[in-house]
Amino acid sequence: MNAPGRHLRRKQFFFRMYSGPHMRIGKHRRTVVSNVKTFVAFLAALLAGACGSPPNNPHRADDSSSNYYYDTFMAPPKHLDPVRSYSMDEAIFVCQVYEPPLQFHFLKRPYVLEPLTAAHMPEVSERFIDGALHTVYEITIKPGILYQPHPCFARDEHGGLRYHALTRADTRGFLQVSDFANTGTRELVAADYVLQMKRMADPRLNSPVLSTMAKYILGLDDYAAGLRSQLQAERAARRESGGMLYNQREDEKRNPIRLDYDGIEFPGAELVDRYTYRIIIKGRYPQIKYWLAMPFFAPMPQEALDFYAQAPLIVRGITLDRFPVGTGAYYIETYQPNRQIILARNPNYRFEPYPHQGEPDDAALGLLSDAGRPLPFIDRAVYMLEPEYITAWNKFLQGYYDTSGITSDSFDQAVTMTERGVGLTDLLQDQGIGLITAVTSSIWYFGFNMRDSVVGGLDEKQCKLRRAISIAIDIEEHLDIFNNGRGIPAHGLIPPGIFGYLEGRAGMNPYVYDWDEDQQRPVRKSIEEARRLLAEAGYPNGIGPDGKQLTISFDNMMTGSSYAPYLNWMLKQFRKLNINLVINTTDYNRFQDKINSGNFQFFSWGWNADYPDPENFFFLLYGPNARHGHGVENTTGYVSARYDELFRRMETMDDTPGRCALIQQMHATLQHDAPFHFGYFPVGYSLYHQWYFNAKPNLMGRNTLKYKRIDGELRDQLRREWNRPVVWPLALFALFVLLACVPAAVIVWKREHRP
Amino acid sequence: MTAYIIRRVLYSIPILIGVNVLIFALFFVVNSPDDMARTILGDKNVTPEAITNWKQENGYHLPLFWNTSAAGAARLTETIFFTKSVRLFVFDFGNSDRTGISIGDQIRLRMAPSLAIAVPTFVLGLLVNITLSLIVAFYRATYLDRWALVLCVVTMSISALFYIIGGQYVFAISLRLVPISGFDTGVHMLKFVLLPVAIGVVAGVGAGVRFYRIIFLEVLGNDYIRTARAKGLSEVRVLFKHVLKNAMIPILTGVVMTIPFLFYGSLLMEAFFAIPGLGGYTLEAINGQDFAVVRAMVYLGAVLNVAGLVLTDISYTLVDPRVRLG
Repeated sequence: MNAPGRHLRRKQFFFRMYSGPHMRIGKHRRTVVSNVKTFVAFLAALLAGACGSPPNNPHRADDSSSNYYYDTFMAPPKHLDPVRSYSMDEAIFVCQVYEPPLQFHFLKRPYVLEPLTAAHMPEVSERFIDGALHTVYEITIKPGILYQPHPCFARDEHGGLRYHALTRADTRGFLQVSDFANTGTRELVAADYVLQMKRMADPRLNSPVLSTMAKYILGLDDYAAGLRSQLQAERAARRESGGMLYNQREDEKRNPIRLDYDGIEFPGAELVDRYTYRIIIKGRYPQIKYWLAMPFFAPMPQEALDFYAQAPLIVRGITLDRFPVGTGAYYIETYQPNRQIILARNPNYRFEPYPHQGEPDDAALGLLSDAGRPLPFIDRAVYMLEPEYITAWNKFLQGYYDTSGITSDSFDQAVTMTERGVGLTDLLQDQGIGLITAVTSSIWYFGFNMRDSVVGGLDEKQCKLRRAISIAIDIEEHLDIFNNGRGIPAHGLIPPGIFGYLEGRAGMNPYVYDWDEDQQRPVRKSIEEARRLLAEAGYPNGIGPDGKQLTISFDNMMTGSSYAPYLNWMLKQFRKLNINLVINTTDYNRFQDKINSGNFQFFSWGWNADYPDPENFFFLLYGPNARHGHGVENTTGYVSARYDELFRRMETMDDTPGRCALIQQMHATLQHDAPFHFGYFPVGYSLYHQWYFNAKPNLMGRNTLKYKRIDGELRDQLRREWNRPVVWPLALFALFVLLACVPAAVIVWKREHRP
Repeated sequence: MTAYIIRRVLYSIPILIGVNVLIFALFFVVNSPDDMARTILGDKNVTPEAITNWKQENGYHLPLFWNTSAAGAARLTETIFFTKSVRLFVFDFGNSDRTGISIGDQIRLRMAPSLAIAVPTFVLGLLVNITLSLIVAFYRATYLDRWALVLCVVTMSISALFYIIGGQYVFAISLRLVPISGFDTGVHMLKFVLLPVAIGVVAGVGAGVRFYRIIFLEVLGNDYIRTARAKGLSEVRVLFKHVLKNAMIPILTGVVMTIPFLFYGSLLMEAFFAIPGLGGYTLEAINGQDFAVVRAMVYLGAVLNVAGLVLTDISYTLVDPRVRLG
């Protein structure tokens, strides 16, 4: 073959590679572009056809105008068993399904408890047992409350429980509870609440509140010890008969141990009648009423325990920890924690009306428009797994999620600071998005090791050192730089909204702030004042009695380069006092080890309250809770006889002026001793679309989904409007690719015509 | 060949034992069972008693490798290593430490979404890379070749994260042609896989084209190619019959090795596109200190690696008659 022949074949190859049968470079470019446009249009139509319009809709097209709520979760929940679940991420599911006897009123502030399944608030009385005072909480539940439809209640034609003797063949291919064909229900009874209290003590469940409840509920510690002994005895027997290769976990999966809850006496929970039970508290513990609004005290039907204790279900991972059984407004319809969790309206839900009363502004805000209407409003709540915040944020802007939080990444895009305060940017206002802010019931603080020879101790000099540092760390600057202003500087332990919080001058920390009469607000004391205190503490200009610069170590868990600016800022705060700050950054586990063992000087940490009571904050510094002793909550190891005495008096009091006075005395003690730099109270910002109604933050009650309402038609209309596909750039790109082929064609032509 | 395969399988046993021991040792050098308990139990009310109880319930109260308080063979069998890791050899992955869910079930469940992204990305990527590299090789020593190389280096130098975020911004946010992220089943899956697959293909083009171009150029320089051309064969026939076939061994080395890892998913892609696959599962386990899942996934990776190597060797015999396994 001669050279021209070779080039000719190269040319044929080129055209076969780059062109289809309808493509003719140079002659019919318009036809080609037109074809590309047609293809793109076809592709868009295909996408639209597959999912309904618009093509970027991540949900099924049929669901767009439905009465569904769309939200996200960032990580699969660990536990949905109400006796084990203790995280906010899990509460969004658990609290919609399980119903403890009480709940927090949706609208009223400060937070008020009200009956949920209880007929009325618990009747409180006193009882002396062996000469010791006990408090009795008698709870009567409403009759006629039904559980959600669930296979554990399903009965066969003979009236027996249909699915309580399952074999592996019966459950072949089953992945969810919804794979069972039949369901049933039954009435809620008081015995279900007693059973749940007993489950708290089951050692296999590792309930996070057992240690706390055992301190207060009569006989719970002994009951837990009894169950533990029962379990250990059974395990020892099995291990002995199982031989050398015995594997406890595998054995219990195939042959679960059933502990005899009724075989051990538990005097702390008394069943009175079908609808009434009592909780016996050692001494006084009024805070138990708040716990009665948490899922730990939700009912558990024996049928559910028996159903889920069957080996064929355990082996398939169908457990109570994943598939709850409750009486709440919703039940878990689809549980695919790697993708989505769908809650559906409980068809057996009783009549519960939307509240008629709220705060004074609530009516004007439209929060009482639904008063008296039966709950819940939403048919389904679809929670999609979104491991990355930024994708969830963009989908919210496209209208595919109904609500969203705001992180630092999206803060500037969402929020603008105006003279009138916080507002939304034009972009969000144009979309009709609403903003709600709320001070969270939590505190982010800096703590000193009170047992450290340098920063600890209650001598006046040591207190002055800590006060000087408290002045130097400018928390207002911290909030501006690192939190976009989303926080309130703390003058004490209690955030706004909790009983005992005082505004203005009365609530000011006088050791760190001065009152500015002109501005009518507290102003941080000058750094000169801090230096003076430091000198009085024995460290003039940061130099100690040994002539060396004062060095303090700062333990933190801020691993990762993103924290570098923050840590540099901390160095700068201490440099104001010429104190050398040594930064010890470790992972969270090492950090906890250090705090637990008291091997630290200065650290930062946070606390999120369980319930809206000052006790749940002040116990963080109560002496007997000192972490380096036998407690876990008091991280600094602060022990003050005066504070502890005040705490014991305040702890069991009702919210009276006397209690408020005690709280102020406790604050005064803490402000003087300064075991904490009180840091700040974080403020939560959240956004919602115009089709989402009854958006009022309730940081204590988590069962609020039933109060929310959606206008599905409006959502569908706006989604279509906001998400019209743009196809012309693809056609342009295709044209660009075709033009890029021209040089290639030129080369082929040249080679073909090479002499 | 059967003898060869059996021998390779037997060789893999000590490798897998080594991997098992190594991952076990590495994990527990960094994390103690107490750390695992604390992470899994959460932040609140984690008392020393709760930690002890969790370890007891999950079998982490035992010594790591050697139980001095036991007698006889129990010194070996009543250890964390024996109770947790030995079962892997029969592919019994056990349950997640964090959620208690069967790992085997999760792997089966999550494999499909991973494959839904990985297989089209792999197949399309291979086709695009080979096609483009053949074309670039065809235009060797021209300015098209040089510009193609520059473009390849540029695309290789850009982080995969940029392609993902950029792709999401352009196609899902600006042009609104596909969802930003998510997953669905059946025909609804199509809209979710288009963008990750396209990004996967584009992100791999630079490295792929450069790699295959070098292979093709090496083959193009051989005497038998010159002979083929001298015989008057068309360039298409030369490229596809002689060049491509003779370049198959180095191509197969890379390709067949990759196939088993398609099951494994992509950590980054699955995280950003919320694909419920094995990549995301592994990432969750690492973040949550779920030793059972980490151990199972690493072991699975080792098995797939061994399988990939055996498959590669076998594939040599299919494309090169000179290669004999014995």
